Amino acid sequence: MSSMTDTNASKFRLSMLINDTRYRSTTFQVIALIALIFAMGYLVNNLLSNLADAGLNISWRFLGETAGYDINQQPIAYDSQMTHGRASVVGAINTLIVAFLACVSATILGVIAGVLRLSNNWVVSKLMAVYVEAFRNVPVLIWILIIFLVMSNVLPQPREFRGDAATSAMWFDMIAFTNRGVYIPRTVMGDTGWVVVLSFFLSIVGVYAFRRYARNLLFETGRMIPTLLPSISILFVPAVVVFFLLGNPIGLEYPALKGFNFQGGVHLRLSLIALWFALAIYTGAFIAENVRAGIQAISHGQTEAAAALGMRPRRIMSLIVLPQALRVIVPPLISQYLNITKNSSLAIAVGYMDITGTLGGITLNQTGRAIECILILMLFYLVISLAISAIMNVYNNTMKLKER
Amino acid sequence: MSDTPDVVGFVRHKPIPPSPPPIAQAGVIRWVRENLFSNVTNSVLTILSIYFVIKLLLASAPWMWNGVWTTSSLRECREVLQGTSGACWSVLTERWNQMLFGFQYPVESYWRPTLSFVFLLVSIAPVLFQKLPRKLMIFSAIYPFLAFWLIWGGTILTPVVVVLALIGAYFAFIKMERKIGFATGMVSGVAAAAIVLYLGGYVTQALSGFIALEPVASRNMGGFMLNLILGTVCVSLSIPLGIVLALGRQSNMPIIKGICVVFIEFIRGVPLITLLFVANVVLSYFFPPGTNLDLILRVIIMITLFSSAYIAEVIRGGLAALPRGQYEAADSLGLDYPQAMRLIILPQALKISIPGIVNVAVGLFKDTTLVSVISMFDLVGMIRGPISSSTAWTGIYWELYLFAIILFFVVCYCISQYSQWLERQLRTDHN
Repeated sequence: MSSMTDTNASKFRLSMLINDTRYRSTTFQVIALIALIFAMGYLVNNLLSNLADAGLNISWRFLGETAGYDINQQPIAYDSQMTHGRASVVGAINTLIVAFLACVSATILGVIAGVLRLSNNWVVSKLMAVYVEAFRNVPVLIWILIIFLVMSNVLPQPREFRGDAATSAMWFDMIAFTNRGVYIPRTVMGDTGWVVVLSFFLSIVGVYAFRRYARNLLFETGRMIPTLLPSISILFVPAVVVFFLLGNPIGLEYPALKGFNFQGGVHLRLSLIALWFALAIYTGAFIAENVRAGIQAISHGQTEAAAALGMRPRRIMSLIVLPQALRVIVPPLISQYLNITKNSSLAIAVGYMDITGTLGGITLNQTGRAIECILILMLFYLVISLAISAIMNVYNNTMKLKER
Repeated sequence: MSDTPDVVGFVRHKPIPPSPPPIAQAGVIRWVRENLFSNVTNSVLTILSIYFVIKLLLASAPWMWNGVWTTSSLRECREVLQGTSGACWSVLTERWNQMLFGFQYPVESYWRPTLSFVFLLVSIAPVLFQKLPRKLMIFSAIYPFLAFWLIWGGTILTPVVVVLALIGAYFAFIKMERKIGFATGMVSGVAAAAIVLYLGGYVTQALSGFIALEPVASRNMGGFMLNLILGTVCVSLSIPLGIVLALGRQSNMPIIKGICVVFIEFIRGVPLITLLFVANVVLSYFFPPGTNLDLILRVIIMITLFSSAYIAEVIRGGLAALPRGQYEAADSLGLDYPQAMRLIILPQALKISIPGIVNVAVGLFKDTTLVSVISMFDLVGMIRGPISSSTAWTGIYWELYLFAIILFFVVCYCISQYSQWLERQLRTDHN
């Protein structure tokens, strides 16, 4: 037998490249690679000749040139004399801000709606079903636009807050809802403010240590001590005590009506709020469905088994159902976060200056460097996406069912 | 037994009829108690929700009911309402055609897209419902060409030539595949199609008036029609592309797998808006100098690439869900790769992935509104642009967006309900 295979191997014919499974995959891959190289070469060739015809070239120098436009929301210092590169960074931070806000609120909203949809209260579960279906089936762009338009038309103008016969008033003298945006108080750190912050972080460590101690106590002696109230008090009491001992080092700066507009405080623009709320409500509907599916995926036998062991409903929820449900919920949840980040590029529709608005909008139009701008834009989103997927993979691997 | 006394104690012949349950344990009251007021939290939630619903109804119902349907501008509408709360539905009646067809489609040709829409429903029915007569599928196969002719106009020869090219390609493929193999069949099919298209080009140019409708340029499409065109065209084009990508990603050839993975992950990692920007400003740089592709065509290319990556992931899920035995069974029957895929694997994998594909389709249909950002006048673009900025209707928003919401909701909700129905139909386990 061995001599036969030897003779076969020695007689290599050209047709074996197609007909012999040993060589076929290599043949196809080589063909695919050549085709790809030719296609790429063709496209690049077209690109170069088109650019030459239009008298353009690929250059990244524009990133260092003066931008010349203003950005209405500046998380870092920026003015119109700074560069396009700086403007893009401001835009990128604005993207991350709105994405973060929307992710947090969408999660809260989605978890509440998903749990309530499973409630045996008929009215509540039907109401949540209506919410989920209504928001899932309508484009998010429409929600962004409608929230923006409604707020800018319904909310009062700043001048309606003026005078004795003001038609509008600030909430608790702290928050002003106007059609130019919402003004909220800003925290002002005193000289010793960092001590309060530090003590708060130390309290978090303390809570963690306390819970660990309680768990070890339970495992070793079987004695259960209450954890909820002590945790809350460890978390807040030291920080509050330090706060008053140091004589209120952290203050609030309230917005106040000066001239034609409010001054002071933090100004949340309508574009930010519209984008944030719309993304949160829209994605919240999807998250609600994920949460519902996750909880329903836990078979009823698990709950019954836990009850048979004599566990209380709350402990069943926190020790049996939630850990298993989270394994189902978290992966789609993270891909929803990804969707929020990508959908935040719709900011351009309401004039929120995220990276699509700065780099992909004004910078692109001013410099005409379409290819470079869009390339950077895509890379930015791609890096975020890949980073989030990497985190998801790590999570999936740690949470995977450990079987034999 | 004779000792038994004659007088027998009373024995009932019939059981006592059951007494009715206590009033709190029956009917509506019981249902309300158990479902709405079973404990304190539940009661609070119920009352809050009912309060919320009533508040919403009180705020919106009179506004909707008092609506005005017959004025020609917002000012007139406000005069009619005289300060009472009411909607100006007249913007819908007045701009109805604009919202459905855009503002540049020739008015006398509105019947053409309308007819194509009706045909769309007819042609899609046999695809969606297996119980309908299979002969209707012939109409579904003709429909894309018919719809192209109806919407874009021009001579009927153009779609006919394309049909002939496809038929020629099919026969060439069948013949060569039987004789030699799949790859040769594909090549000869493409060659046959190219020959027919090349010859047909001369014929259509020579007879450009043959059964011709008035041609309409792509840039004149708009309104909800544009959303529907983009949605259906891109989804149907991206399914074959998605299948190829999914098979490529599942393949064990590293280079092909790598190409597919990079493509899919790249597309899925960037927002659709950036791809639309590419279509708007960058894509034309990649075509040979002198080609002048329509914006709508470039947008269709980019959206198709976008959705094909998502569909590929759905189909990959379907492929992965098939038991290993199916692949081995195909191998043991002596089928080669194309045969095994076409006859054994794909029919099953696609069946599993239909609900996922439908979800992608719904998402994509919603995403077609993004073209309004690159100044195309789809439904949202029409509302934001020409209608809201016209002097007659500045300052109106609820009515218009409510209309858009309802249109999108109806379409998307129906599709997702269909997908859930199909999932129940396709379930072959006993449950």
